[in-house]
Amino acid sequence: MSSVYLPEFMQKVEARRAEEAAALSRRGFIKLTGLAGGGLVLALSLPQGARRALAQPSGGTPFDANPYVQIEPTGRIVLFAKNPEVGQGVKTSLPMIVAEELDVDWQQVEVRQSEIDAARYGPQFAGGSLSIPMNYETLRRAGATARAMLIAAAAKTWNVPAAELTTEAGAVRHTASNRRATYGELADVAATLPVPDASSVALKPKQNFRLLGKRVTGVDNAKLVRGEPLFGIDQRVPGMLYATFAKAPAIGARAVSANLDHVRTLRGVKNAFIVAHQGDPLAFNPAGAAVLSGVAIVADSTWNALQAKKALEVRWDEAQASKDSWKGAVAEAKAIATKAPAQVLGEGGNVDAAFASGKTVEAFYTYHYVSHADLEPQNCTAWFKGDSIEIWAPTQTPQNAVDAVAALLGLPKEKVTLHQLRGGGGFGRRLANDSVCEAALISKQAGGVPVKVQWTREDDMAFDYYRPGGFQALKAAVDSAGKLTAWQNHFITFTMDGQAPVSAGNIDKNEFPANVLANNRMAQSMIRSRIPTGPWRAPGSNVIAFCTQSFLHECAVAANRDYVDFLVGVMGEPRATSAGPFGGGLHTGRAVDVIKAVAERSGWGRTLPRGRGLGLAFHFSHQGHFAEVAEVSVDASKKVTVHKVWVVADIGPIVNLSSAENQCQGSVIDALSTAMGLKITFENGRVEQTNFHQYPIARIDKAPEIDVHFLDTDYAPTGCGEPAFPPAAPAIANAIFAATGQRIRTLPFSEEGYSI
Amino acid sequence: MLNLTINGRTHTVGDDVDPQTPLLWVLRDTLGLVGTKYGCGVGQCSACTVHLNGSPIQSCQVPASAAVGQQITTIEGLAPPGAPLTAVQQAWIEEDVAQCGYCQAGQIMRATALLARNPQPTDEDIDRDMAANVCRCGTYTRIRKAIHSAAAKMKMGGA
Repeated sequence: MSSVYLPEFMQKVEARRAEEAAALSRRGFIKLTGLAGGGLVLALSLPQGARRALAQPSGGTPFDANPYVQIEPTGRIVLFAKNPEVGQGVKTSLPMIVAEELDVDWQQVEVRQSEIDAARYGPQFAGGSLSIPMNYETLRRAGATARAMLIAAAAKTWNVPAAELTTEAGAVRHTASNRRATYGELADVAATLPVPDASSVALKPKQNFRLLGKRVTGVDNAKLVRGEPLFGIDQRVPGMLYATFAKAPAIGARAVSANLDHVRTLRGVKNAFIVAHQGDPLAFNPAGAAVLSGVAIVADSTWNALQAKKALEVRWDEAQASKDSWKGAVAEAKAIATKAPAQVLGEGGNVDAAFASGKTVEAFYTYHYVSHADLEPQNCTAWFKGDSIEIWAPTQTPQNAVDAVAALLGLPKEKVTLHQLRGGGGFGRRLANDSVCEAALISKQAGGVPVKVQWTREDDMAFDYYRPGGFQALKAAVDSAGKLTAWQNHFITFTMDGQAPVSAGNIDKNEFPANVLANNRMAQSMIRSRIPTGPWRAPGSNVIAFCTQSFLHECAVAANRDYVDFLVGVMGEPRATSAGPFGGGLHTGRAVDVIKAVAERSGWGRTLPRGRGLGLAFHFSHQGHFAEVAEVSVDASKKVTVHKVWVVADIGPIVNLSSAENQCQGSVIDALSTAMGLKITFENGRVEQTNFHQYPIARIDKAPEIDVHFLDTDYAPTGCGEPAFPPAAPAIANAIFAATGQRIRTLPFSEEGYSI
Repeated sequence: MLNLTINGRTHTVGDDVDPQTPLLWVLRDTLGLVGTKYGCGVGQCSACTVHLNGSPIQSCQVPASAAVGQQITTIEGLAPPGAPLTAVQQAWIEEDVAQCGYCQAGQIMRATALLARNPQPTDEDIDRDMAANVCRCGTYTRIRKAIHSAAAKMKMGGA
């Protein structure tokens, strides 16, 4: 695939993996590879030695059709979910794709988390809303190939032409002779047959889908409601100890000494030691062998470790620590905005001429840093065994975690076994494997005992790869006809190395509307920072959409035009703005379709009482076209009530309607919560928020009604974990403007006196 | 030594455990009842909600010693293995409430206590009680729906 749509961090780690795996064709054809337990096995094209046999269940030889499908003679149909589950629903939606083409009833299927094995599964990660687009075709063909072999097995058994056979609900039927055999009954024979070329196997036409597009409830729901152990934090290993890891308040400071002798005498404490700074832990890198310096306290329970930490006294060396100040950055950015940008990233047409001939609008937008705040604080269990290590982790990037631990401990990758566990929220935080590296080192330094490293909420908030804050000085022009004629963005961001923006703090020179407007200029200035940053749900887009859609609305107001008309005009003729996989870049026709649909569904243009307003915003990200309308009211004390939000999306065909709808509703609530009141600030390199009392995630009483509608289109299916987030904040801000005439130019809105 | 009555069974917690340990950590680390979740440790998020004599409490805020002699119910005790799920649990599955699912044990415990006290809650009743619990994934729309659905099931004679 083109790397354009792979997030920057994944490009780096995948480039290295690609070199190592150059001999392998990991995403190619399915072919016959060999015998396992007497049955033929299909796998993605690989050298024989690269395969690892699946655990063989008792009761006969299973038909391991491919890494995703296993059919046991008992009739049990096991489908393997390859990517980490962190709440985005892929443990259900990915196997649904296989089940559709395999032609089984969902009730017949047992879903298991697959092992972490790049040789069998290719890239395994949860990021970039890429699970569906990257795997849709492969999984369809995995299901269809297994089905074709089961048909061939029936044809051979009954001595009839395969063309006379049909499948339904996990069985093959020969109507002419009224014969029927279940997949389980055919498994033995299927396992002896040649494997068809996956690319030649016919796929179902969309109109024959029986499962895809329907509402399917999550495969782990029954376990979740019983409180069964599923999450990383729930992991227990015999003999396991519990560790807390104390890091410096100033990010990047290093532990010099500590009252370790005293701490070791405290209740339940088994060990306490300094862990040295390793690698570059301030830089976001999922495969990075890096650990912040700190003090590990290993005890017989979490509580005893935490109590001992209260008595810990550490001398920190702050020479290389962050000295950053958010207030300082704001002042610096305001000064920068008055000067010429440090660099021009891209320019088209004649921006200055358009400014000179039109009516100009200018505004300065600010967005704060935010924390991921996954509800399950970071944790990892590790057991160093001398020449190998076993890891239990709720990571979004398990393959990178293996790379990181292997490099950190100097072990071959084959000696690192990682058990993928459910993550209690991801949002990008668990793309980083810092807690995995910590657990690996602490288990080793503790003498090779199994250790669960448990971060507190305070640790989680103080040591994040935050969504970077930033600033945009925007200027645009509209002509006498009220048409947008020029757009300029002076994008002010942060840099660690002085060369490039911090992780997730960059902007594309062709970011909308530069990709649809002749006269455009994207310029950039950077402020030095050592605050760690990284991807946070819809990275970049989560702030860019707010600035762009709010400022475009300002332009529409200046032009005295309705925003829907204005925005549709900006889009222009229906066209793809750039090529690429999974449907390419922004398509203006798809954009206009969702904008018009959401306007219609929300009753755009209707008269509302005083203090109440509608706001609309559109954003394209993660291959998804999303338009949203918010209906809000605002009282005299600037208290905002969001009554209802309408979401209209074009992400191609829907895999699991229940999950897709849930992701959209959750994204809107996340966006509302984040926009209204969430921020991370820091002074002298120390993060100032410590727990939820200072980081007020919205509760149920603030949740609006949310109407979600997906356009029925035939574009490639794309992901849904992120792209519903970006339009929500500007839709709400534009609605607040409609209700009050007041423009909000800061995230979070609480900075301008608003509350919910 | 502490004797704790959890899900109808008596558990003896040895002297190696500090009696001031929050109930949350005794449940999770000492007794292996990990369905009750740690989210904030300061009584803000309610991921750790259990029932003390039928009322929802934040188990991170209650020392284990204070739970002696009380009836404690955790998520594992709503429907013991082999027993049918409660109406609330069924509704949570059917409405497909969970995304990551981490907060849902706490949500289910609070919703169960709400319905025991108020079998037909309005949206406002639900919001008032359930606002104690954070869902970082934002599944609030479905939590409301599932509580109404559970209320309807219970009215029809369900668990």
